[in-house]
Amino acid sequence: MSLKEKLAQIQAEAIESMLSAADPDVLNDIRVRFLGKKGLLTEASKGMKDVPAEERPKMGQLVNDTKKAIEETLEKRKSALMAAVREKKMAAETIDVTMPGRKSAIGHRHPLTLATEEVERIFIGMGYEVIEGPEVEYDYYNFEALNIPPNHPAKDEQDTFYINPQILLRTQTSSCQVHAMERGKVPFKVVAPGRVFRSDEVDATHSPNFHQFEGMIVDKDITFSDLKGTLEQFAIELFGPDTKVKFRPHHFPFTEPSAEMDVSCFKCGGKGCRFCKGEGWIEILGCGMVHPKVLKMSGIDPDEYSGFALGVGLERIALLKYEIDDMRLLYENDIRFLKQF
Amino acid sequence: MKASLAWIRQYVPDLNVGYKEFMDAMTLSGTKVEYYEQLDKNLEKIVVGQIEKIEKHPDADKLVVCQVNVGTETVQIVTGAPNIVIGESEGAKVPVVLDGGRVAGGHDGGPLPENGIKIKKGKLRGVESFGMMCSVEELGQSRDSYPLAPENGIYIFPEDTEVGADAIEVFGLHDAVYEFEITSNRVDCYSIIGIAREVAATFGLDFVPPHPAKTGNNEDISDYVSVEVADRDLCRRYMARGVKNIRIGPSPEWFQRLLAKNGHRPINNLVDITNFILDEYGQPMHAFDMDQIAGRKIIVKRAEDGDEFQTLDGKMHTLDHDVLMICDAEREIGLAGIMGGENSKVTDDVTKVLFECACFDGTNNRLASKRLGLRTDSSAKYEKGLDPNNCEEAVNRACELVELFGCGEVIGGVIDVKEELPAPKRIPFRPDWINAFLGTDIPEADMREYFRRLELEVDDETGEVIAPTFRQDLEAEADIAEEVARMYGYDNIPTTLPKGSSTMGGLPLNLRVQERLQDVAEYCGFSQSMTYSFESPKVYDKLRLPEDHPLRKAVVISNPLGEDFSIMRTLPVNGLLTSLGRNYNRRNKDVRLYELAKVYIPKALPLTELPDERVMMTLGFYGEGDFFDMKGVVEEMLVKVGMRKKMTCEPGTIPFLHPGRQADIFYEGDRIGYLGELHPETADAYEIGGRAYIAVLDTGKLMEHIDLGVTYEGLAMYPEISRDLSMLMDSKIRVGVIEEVIEKYAGPYLESYRLFDVYEGERLGEGKKSVAYNLVFRAKDRTLEDADVSVPIAKILEELEKLGIELRK
Repeated sequence: MSLKEKLAQIQAEAIESMLSAADPDVLNDIRVRFLGKKGLLTEASKGMKDVPAEERPKMGQLVNDTKKAIEETLEKRKSALMAAVREKKMAAETIDVTMPGRKSAIGHRHPLTLATEEVERIFIGMGYEVIEGPEVEYDYYNFEALNIPPNHPAKDEQDTFYINPQILLRTQTSSCQVHAMERGKVPFKVVAPGRVFRSDEVDATHSPNFHQFEGMIVDKDITFSDLKGTLEQFAIELFGPDTKVKFRPHHFPFTEPSAEMDVSCFKCGGKGCRFCKGEGWIEILGCGMVHPKVLKMSGIDPDEYSGFALGVGLERIALLKYEIDDMRLLYENDIRFLKQF
Repeated sequence: MKASLAWIRQYVPDLNVGYKEFMDAMTLSGTKVEYYEQLDKNLEKIVVGQIEKIEKHPDADKLVVCQVNVGTETVQIVTGAPNIVIGESEGAKVPVVLDGGRVAGGHDGGPLPENGIKIKKGKLRGVESFGMMCSVEELGQSRDSYPLAPENGIYIFPEDTEVGADAIEVFGLHDAVYEFEITSNRVDCYSIIGIAREVAATFGLDFVPPHPAKTGNNEDISDYVSVEVADRDLCRRYMARGVKNIRIGPSPEWFQRLLAKNGHRPINNLVDITNFILDEYGQPMHAFDMDQIAGRKIIVKRAEDGDEFQTLDGKMHTLDHDVLMICDAEREIGLAGIMGGENSKVTDDVTKVLFECACFDGTNNRLASKRLGLRTDSSAKYEKGLDPNNCEEAVNRACELVELFGCGEVIGGVIDVKEELPAPKRIPFRPDWINAFLGTDIPEADMREYFRRLELEVDDETGEVIAPTFRQDLEAEADIAEEVARMYGYDNIPTTLPKGSSTMGGLPLNLRVQERLQDVAEYCGFSQSMTYSFESPKVYDKLRLPEDHPLRKAVVISNPLGEDFSIMRTLPVNGLLTSLGRNYNRRNKDVRLYELAKVYIPKALPLTELPDERVMMTLGFYGEGDFFDMKGVVEEMLVKVGMRKKMTCEPGTIPFLHPGRQADIFYEGDRIGYLGELHPETADAYEIGGRAYIAVLDTGKLMEHIDLGVTYEGLAMYPEISRDLSMLMDSKIRVGVIEEVIEKYAGPYLESYRLFDVYEGERLGEGKKSVAYNLVFRAKDRTLEDADVSVPIAKILEELEKLGIELRK
């Protein structure tokens, strides 16, 4: 058999056996048998020495072509077999994807904090700076500087906890208005969330320890229409774009004119439902133009500056927003309650 | 403050609006309506009928068959009412509900059904009946409003009533009673006249207040009684008028009805008149039996401490020097502005009456009424601080009614002891300023019209608004602007956003740090709790604090809601532990809570300055986990607020923690908090079963060490050298000691170290433990050589050996 015939035979045999190989190990054996150092192709190449010199280049080319053809088939067959093996392995690894996920038990923010953060976010976006004030406070900041002189009936209305005649538990975050003004930096925009206290017995809608949110702006040319615009914006941010607001005259000693703001019921859209007691409106906050006396007492010239202030009950916002029907739940800290937020 | 539309219409005769419309309009103009009761609710097809004929019912003894003329026809009605009697009731005019009509309630006067009771024709014991004659109870009313109504039976109209007329109209029940929320500044609106003025202004209608006619005979009341006001600071004005030849009797029905709708039970003409003035003018009055006034002298003065006094309701009161009394020449006869005395009360035998119409100090009255625990209709008005100028018209109006109702002969003259009366206030009127302040463009003429309706005059010469004295709330331009705003309508004011300087919004650093701490707590599975700032002093016993412990010195509330809420907390843990206990009792498993709890530490007691308020990050859990889980959470927290140096723990001595499982936490030598396992006794006190762990970090202390800035360090380029050291030591020695040595002697190339094994066992012998650390060394600029590591390791081992810690062989 000539070398040429031999090469053709090796190639045919090699390809045939590779194509019939069933797994990568067998394939490797075949590779060794044909292409290995002592393989058939190497053996056959030894016949090159009998080839006439002028034919050697041609015959050398033929050896290389044979080798290449075998290698190509080998690679193809190898990847086919590897893929099959991987498929088989993955098929065996199939899991039940409906089994539960493994959670790291992340804790939950208190709904009052969530409500506070929401309100803060809205006002910070409008350029308001968050400030704090003491909870155990001087009578002056809680009352007198807010145009509530000694023996004013409003002091009775708010059922104040006293430490002594001069020091009390603040009944309203409005005390922070005075601290803000006293910093002497005008204009300013501040909000002050915080804890306040009034002597109310605990029930579904009252707590002697609760939270308010105060807002105040003092600048040149602040108008009542600015108050309306700002609070309308706030209501829309808090309760959604379809929210409508209504301002009703009211009285607070430290603002004039004063108002209460109602928002259209976000449950029924204002048609009237159980949630808004058929009114279509829900009372949300008190507000007003800062009383000139109040500005003056804290060293701001009311002829030059004006401002507005607002106060929101945070429990009320949380109860409304999350439809919580009993304020006591907020202070029980039952994990089944907290987990829902 | 209650007011019926009928009473308001006495002064605003043209008022003609729907019930709901009235409520909305008044609320928007500043006199908020809380709710209203519609009196003609469920009253349909009810007319005045006249009984023409009454016959016995063929089959029932207690029923009669009536033929009733209802104007358009005559209908047959069967009734069992006891006051419809054959031979007596023919010709009587009665309210008749026609077939298909509706009444408010049953004849027993019980609670009214929501939709009333429908009346349909039907048969009563076989005889057809085409409607119903009704009692005032069936109209939803009581005999307080209709005193002439029979006690049990059909209402009989006066003879001149028109047959076929709308009976509800005749009854005056096309009416509603409104409950107004009056704000404390609008004292004038605690009266029907004040409300009516607001109504007229709101709807732009004419306001027609009463102008009492001149009354009195040619005698002078001063010849009967004299008045001396000793404590003028508490009584700015004391007016009195007299009535003789008193004839006690019922007031006219229309008058009783107005009172009844406003919640006053009609008593007799004299009492009714004082109640009427109380609501109409908002001015309390008191009637004394003139013959009971010893020495014919009234003295207004403070009580003596300890005086005993019996009020006309029969109750005894112990007085003090700040209670103002009405006295006669011999004794105390009334608590000024609160209630009269038993000793001078008006009885049916009275012949002469002295009407007191005074202005007592509001604050004194409020405080006295509070101390005595006696709040009356009268004191409820006085406590607001009344206008002394109101007294004169009120007392004259009372006398006018006395004459009108023929209940006595008014004595001429009036006693009037007074201080200087308040004068109307003058406030600058600058329409441009008002528009600038409100952000509006309201024409000046409109503003003037609003003022006119509210009875505010404008003085054109001085450019001022003159506020009458009943408007005590009007003091400055902003008040005038509010009058304009509410009459113009808040809803008509445009909405704009402030145009001023732009400002930077944001959270202050301490709140940002607190938010980060919250984030870490939540990532670690803790949920946020909130508890009260005040608690019981008994908490200190639950927490096992010794009697003399400094944290027992708390800020005490002088008027707490009971002992449980009486001190401001000095420790942040009680609320959290209570919450854990509650969860445990409710069988909630593995509960982790945190609270940003404020504590209030007094600088000195009694308090002369504000206490130090510190926010404590407080964590607690029971269930899965132990001390080192809690310690890990604390470590994570510190890293997240940029406290990257080593936090150290030293055994602590906190009474409510397990003595062997607690530590004080230090950072750069500063004690920033503590953590530990709850003392079993405290756990029992809070009813937490099993082991519980808490940690407390003082966020104020953290603020002194935080560093939220970050500087990137290049990633390591050169290989590390890692060494494990396994040591044998006395088990009492804490590993912290080893770490101190490592840190001190490991040299500049120590990158990190880590405790990876602690072992105690028989093999090591009693009281011994083995501890293994892994140390990693690396240089930033080159590959380390063996000597760079072996030299410090040798030094570490040498130092450890001095402490009795040996390398394990």
